Order: sequence, then structure tokens, then C-alpha cells
Amino acid sequence: MQRPRNDDERIVITGIGLTAPNGNSLDEFRASLLAGRSGVVRHDIRYMGKVLAGICDFDELRHQKRKEVRRGTRAGSISIYCANEAIKNSGLDWETVQKDRVGVYIGVTEHGNVETENEIYEISQFEYDTSVWSHHHNPRTVANNPAGEVTLNLGITGPHLTMGAACAAGNAGFIQGVQMLRLGDVDLAIAGGVSESIHTFGIFASFQSQGALAQHEDPAKASRPFDVDRNGIVVAEGGGLCVLERLPSALARGAKIYGEIAGYAMNSDASDFVLPNAKRQAECMRLALSRAEMESSDVDIVSSHATATHQGDIEETRALREVFGDTSKVGINNTKSFIGHAMGAAGALELLGNLPSFDDGIVHATINLDRVDPECGLEQIVANEPRDVGDVGCILNNSFGMLGINSVVIVKKFSLE
Amino acid sequence: MNPEEIRQVVLEILARIAPDEDLSELNDDVPFREQMELDSMDFLDIVMELRKMYRVQIPEEDYENLVTMDRTVGYLTPMLKDVTSPA
Repeated sequence: MQRPRNDDERIVITGIGLTAPNGNSLDEFRASLLAGRSGVVRHDIRYMGKVLAGICDFDELRHQKRKEVRRGTRAGSISIYCANEAIKNSGLDWETVQKDRVGVYIGVTEHGNVETENEIYEISQFEYDTSVWSHHHNPRTVANNPAGEVTLNLGITGPHLTMGAACAAGNAGFIQGVQMLRLGDVDLAIAGGVSESIHTFGIFASFQSQGALAQHEDPAKASRPFDVDRNGIVVAEGGGLCVLERLPSALARGAKIYGEIAGYAMNSDASDFVLPNAKRQAECMRLALSRAEMESSDVDIVSSHATATHQGDIEETRALREVFGDTSKVGINNTKSFIGHAMGAAGALELLGNLPSFDDGIVHATINLDRVDPECGLEQIVANEPRDVGDVGCILNNSFGMLGINSVVIVKKFSLE
Repeated sequence: MNPEEIRQVVLEILARIAPDEDLSELNDDVPFREQMELDSMDFLDIVMELRKMYRVQIPEEDYENLVTMDRTVGYLTPMLKDVTSPA
């Protein structure tokens, strides 16, 4: 990616729709992040009983009929809610938007596990008679389902893709949207990430078997990135989608601009199925900074990926230390400490929840950081209480995932210059 | 089950499949699909529900017997006559 040569290659965020375990709009979510409100609760799941999870309570019927909810998937409903809210928030006159020029790009960690588990459970009640396996299984589990459901709901006839990118997926959705806008394939992109993973027992069971599922008497204190007492991941559901468009079209319609995508990068560790790799993460951050023509000292907020696993947090700390060194200006925070790990939605929610910093100058905190792990001892972490820094001009958002997929998105405060 | 009980079962299945529809005015001799939004996948849900509830296997060539409530009840009555009503 070269530096944008003209305004048509400048891509801005003009609408935000989200659902998180602690808020169903950007305003609610931001308020929770500033107030230290967690969204983690106890959650009953098949075969495993009580686990800890971040659960969303948005109204599915705000934008869907009951039949559509029944026919579709939870990931589809989350996507539809976020897409509709993003469009509403963008101020677009949706009736007049040319629907074949809209693209939908949604990142997911996984898709189809929920529906497959449900069907297997269902046939188990019929002595595994496969003749009662639902005819809805295939349309629910095809990998494009979440983005496809959005196009059905909104009458969008442009391209749609659901991208599997493990826990780097939220950023991957944004990046795909930026690229398609720059290629001229679409005029509007609805982009980001979603996750319905709390409805599959498999993801909990697998993390538990891996020794990476968080436990705590107080659900709100279970997700503890960088803390010495962290003991794993709290799985959460959620979604974050935004409207992306080229700068001239945003200016022409007088849209509120939440920020400009200044740079991005994705790379691969090529080293392990699950263990992250600080060297590659650092390379990914440096590549994004280079493409944005920025130095690490230009960054005001780093939205860290840290998931509260032992090794993951240490690796990201090493990467951050390598890239940011002793830069005193930057504030490093972590959204998972509030809501848990929203998987495919994580990168999206973590970026979107930080965008209001451009207006209020406040860096939200990393909560549950009672005793910093010496191996994660970054001076720049904003611990437990938000920090008013006065002016925020640049946010760097990290999202990393299994199989060694790394993604970084850099957003800067919009300025006509 | 007698025909009236079978009608009630089918009505409850329809209510689950098409939860946004008002079925109180359903006309029993008019095709379902002329009175409500019901596509082929929904129709298969009727077949599936009957299969799960009563182990009734309805071959594809018999689907035309499920077009209206009257024909559905008539078709199912001999199959379900020995089944106890769920109520």
C-alpha cells in the first residue's frame, strides 16, 4: 500500500453500530469503558454448566422479524443489528443509496460451530437419526452467512464476504473494506467483525483443555490482562461494524467523521498453531506505522490485544516494548479487561470504543490490573482509571489470532490537511 | 388424534415456523402459501416437525397433500389416528 495519493484514497469512518456485553451503542459502550463497567457474567452452556462469558442483550427484533431470527444465525442477527445501527448512525439516506455499490465485509473467528453443535444435539434426541437434521443447516453454516444475512436484510446487492481471520478478524474486516473502497469496487463498505462464539460449548471446552479458560469468583474480575493473577480468556460475544467511505463522499454529504484509516498491516507468524510471536507482531505494527508514514512516537493510544493468557500477554508486551520503547506519550489500554474476548468482534469493538478519545481526549483504562505481572510491566499501561491526556490524534489497534495471524489498524483524528 | 386435534397440531407448527403471522383467520381450504409468507424451506419445516413429533415420514411425492389445512388434516388423519393427542 502506498500513501494515499489523493482524497479518493483517503478512507474515513462515518457510521458506527455495535453491540458489546456492556453496551448496545457507541455511547453506551464508551460510557461503560470510562466507568469501569464489566459485561462478564455467569453463563449456562450445554455439557459444561456454568462458565463465565460476556453476553450481549441487544434487541434482535429491532431490525428483524421473528421469522428471520428463527431462520438465521446469532452471528447473522448480531451483524444485522450492527449494520443497521451503523447506517442509521452514518446519517445516510439509505433509501437513495445505490445498493449495488455497497460491500459488506465481516470478520469472524469461526462460524458454524453453534449451529452444528445444535444439530448434533438435536439428532442425539432421535437416536442419531440424520433424517431430522435440519435443512437450514447449510445456509446457516456457509462461511459467508453473517455478511450474507446483512445483504438479505438491507437489500444490498454489492459484494459480501465473511472473512475467517481468528481473533484478528475485526481488523481484517476494516482492512478489506478500505481495500475495496480504494480499488473502486464499492462506494460504501460496511465493515468490521462479529462473534457468536459464546453459544458453542466447544470453544469453552477447548480453551479449558488448553488451560486457557479464565476462572474467578467475581465474573467482573475474571478477565485480567497483564495482571499477575490472570488465568485465561473470558469468551464474549459481540459485534462492531462501521460505515467506511471515501473522504470526498463523506465531505459532500456533511457526514460526521469519526476518524481516518491512516494505515494497516497484516502478516503471519509462521511459527506455531497457538503461541503468538512477538517478533512478527512487532513487524506488523512497524509495517502499519510505515504505511501510515508515522513513527511510534506519533501514536497516542495503543489498543492492545492481550487476552489474559500467560504467554500471550508476555509476547505482546515484548512486541510493544520493541516498537514503543520508552515512549512516554502513548497510553496502552485493553478492552478485554471489561468485556472478555469477543473473538471476531474483538478487534472491531476495541478500536471503536477508543474512537471517542479523539473528541474527549480521554484514554480508557485496562481494568482488573491489581498487580502488574513483572513480565508485562509496560510503563505506558493505563491502569484501572481512565487518563485525561487532553488531545488524542492517533490510535493503533492490535489484533492477533491463532495460526499466527496478526493485524494492525491505525486510525488518526480527521483533519482536512 | 382426531382431525380437530391434528388441525391444532398443524396450527401450532405453523405458528412456530411463521411467528410473525396472525393465524386466527386461517382459511382451511385456501393454500397456506396464499395466506401467509411461506417459502419452500418453511414448507420443509412442516414436514420436519411432523417427523420429529410423530416419526411420520412424508415422501416428497406426497407434499402436494400438505397444500391446505383441510388437505393436510385429511392426509395425516389415517397416519395419526392411533397417536395420543399432546394436549
